[in-house]
Amino acid sequence: MSLTGLEIVAEEVASDAPVVEGRSQWQLTWRRLRHDKVAMASLIVIGVIIVLAIAAPLFVAITHHPPNTAYPNSGETAAGNPVPPGTAGFWLGTDGTGRDLFIRILYGARISLFVGFVTTAIGTLAGVAVGLIAGYFGGIVDQVLGRFTDAVLAFPYVVLALALAVVLGPSLPVIIGVIAFFSWAAIARIVRGQTLSIKEKEYIEAARSVGAGPFRIMFIDILPNLLAPVLVLATLYIPTAVVFEATLSYLGLGIQPPTASWGDILADAQNFYQVAWWYVVFPAVALLITTLAFNLLGDGIRDAMDPRTERVLAGRRGRRSRRDRRQTLTDTGAADSGAAPYAPPAGGS
Amino acid sequence: MSTADPDPATDDVLVKVDNLVKYFPVRSAGLIRRTVGQVQAVDDVSLSIPRGKTLGLVGETGSGKSTLARCVAGLIPVTSGRVTFNGRDITNLSRRAMRPVRREIQMIFQDPYSSLNPRRRVGAIIGDPFTIYKTATGAERKRQVQELMERVGLNPEHYNRFPAEFSGGQRQRIGVARALALRPQLIICDEPVSALDVSIQAQVLNLLADLQQDYGLSYLFIAHDLEVVRHVSDSVAVMYLGRIGESGPIESVYGSPRHPYTVALLSAAPAADPDAAASRQRIILTGDVPSPIDPPSGCRFHPRCPKAQPLCADQDPPLEVKAGDVPTHLTACHFPVEAGENLATASAATPAPGRSEVP
Repeated sequence: MSLTGLEIVAEEVASDAPVVEGRSQWQLTWRRLRHDKVAMASLIVIGVIIVLAIAAPLFVAITHHPPNTAYPNSGETAAGNPVPPGTAGFWLGTDGTGRDLFIRILYGARISLFVGFVTTAIGTLAGVAVGLIAGYFGGIVDQVLGRFTDAVLAFPYVVLALALAVVLGPSLPVIIGVIAFFSWAAIARIVRGQTLSIKEKEYIEAARSVGAGPFRIMFIDILPNLLAPVLVLATLYIPTAVVFEATLSYLGLGIQPPTASWGDILADAQNFYQVAWWYVVFPAVALLITTLAFNLLGDGIRDAMDPRTERVLAGRRGRRSRRDRRQTLTDTGAADSGAAPYAPPAGGS
Repeated sequence: MSTADPDPATDDVLVKVDNLVKYFPVRSAGLIRRTVGQVQAVDDVSLSIPRGKTLGLVGETGSGKSTLARCVAGLIPVTSGRVTFNGRDITNLSRRAMRPVRREIQMIFQDPYSSLNPRRRVGAIIGDPFTIYKTATGAERKRQVQELMERVGLNPEHYNRFPAEFSGGQRQRIGVARALALRPQLIICDEPVSALDVSIQAQVLNLLADLQQDYGLSYLFIAHDLEVVRHVSDSVAVMYLGRIGESGPIESVYGSPRHPYTVALLSAAPAADPDAAASRQRIILTGDVPSPIDPPSGCRFHPRCPKAQPLCADQDPPLEVKAGDVPTHLTACHFPVEAGENLATASAATPAPGRSEVP
């Protein structure tokens, strides 16, 4: 940063200082996130996927191809194979039984996103509750909950999930239950660890001294301090849950046909990959883009929540964020002083 | 608030602590956590706080001041002994039974940075007591919080700010406002100014003094700064290793200290007047404070005391009135310091634990 840049920034800081409004942690995070191009692109991609999934019936109205209706005449070749993209109004071609692949991928997205969000929500709520209670009360409560958490984490979860799906019969509630059951434990551990450190802070004692009860302390005083890591973990859990659902469906133990699911489509597509590339590629790409977008967004949120992590990341990413910050500083001056830990002192010039 | 006149109010005791003991068990590591020892944080302490007065509690780090304060506030259970508040025994009450008493006893904490939740707005922090006791909600709560903010010298328009946006002194004012919210009778100040700059210290101390006058508050004021305690307190108790070594009215204890530890503490405090400082005898205590897990026998101060005699290692001196003192001035020492006695020469002798010959 050049000296002139410093001076300009310093002056702007000084002149704007009296009107600088306090910003909450979330506002600061959002400001940093907005300058992360990868995260913003991921956010837009996720938004598009969600809109497409919600609008699936609209596309049915346009194409007149309900998701579970087969078109043996227009949707299949003479040999009974899927037709390629663009044929007879099938934008992405058809699947093995002559159904519209595009519509089925859209309906598959609904299932995937629904399972992803619901299981993550359940897992996060359960994990936060268990972690808070174990960490706050400690002692025997912590021992019991901690060992239970360890047990869940130690299970070979794919095997157990398959066994549960077989025993309970594959259905949407069972899948959601199984995936949620395996997603809370890691969150519980993180939350417990954070709770242990936060509950020793003086402001927790202050809350007790004004008469706050244990649950008020846990949820009003401690919880806001650990929302950041929980939010990051939750964002990273959504793609895991999406892939988990696809895996179960692929193995035939998830969503049952004829309901569309990406895993199910991929499993069927195996039989046709030599004659119909689109049958494999489009659902696989949909799965890839969705999980990638959520993962990159989660990384971006983590970086934005805790700027210190940037230092650990070497190379391109670190340089990029430094450049971004400098632009931010010169573009908006003091408005971003909160996001720039090295903002020069006002007396610098 | 400088003199302790024997007026009727002095006899009106708000808080009485009788033979309070607080031991923390030391447990071994591992699965089966056996108790291998006890940290004797507070050992047989008795004191009382008159209504509307300030009791200063001094002592070095680890002497058990904060533990004693937390026992009085009911934040940690007491091992044995009794805490009486307004004539009512409040020792080890359940959380439910403690609830009405909790309103009357509030605390101000040492560190203005860690005692305010960084994720909550100031209005919410100060308004917490109203919410918890359901005394005011909504707009009324906001009005009362802003009134409190104004009372402690904060801008009420900063209601929606986060603690990070305030300076140390302002943060301590937030802590004072929170403690004041329920109009308590007793406020326990746990080193409320030791984390602040000297100029800010005076402002906060003056605020506390004003509030005491306006609301008739009583303070238990903990500090390791003797001058601060002299400034705010009516009486003082000196703690060493979980025991009270000396207690009494401010002028009496500061004017004619009887316990060698008090004398040493007073001589170590920096004086504002350099001439006075130069002419003063400084008593350098040797060694460290012994471990409260295994405190010395007899008088706990004897291994470091320049006046120690064999008797001190054997017998625990009772806290009693010494000849020539006012009846409220108590000292726990077998060989109290006489006026004009020079302890510095006494300490010239090699201080060895358990020594038998004394000059």
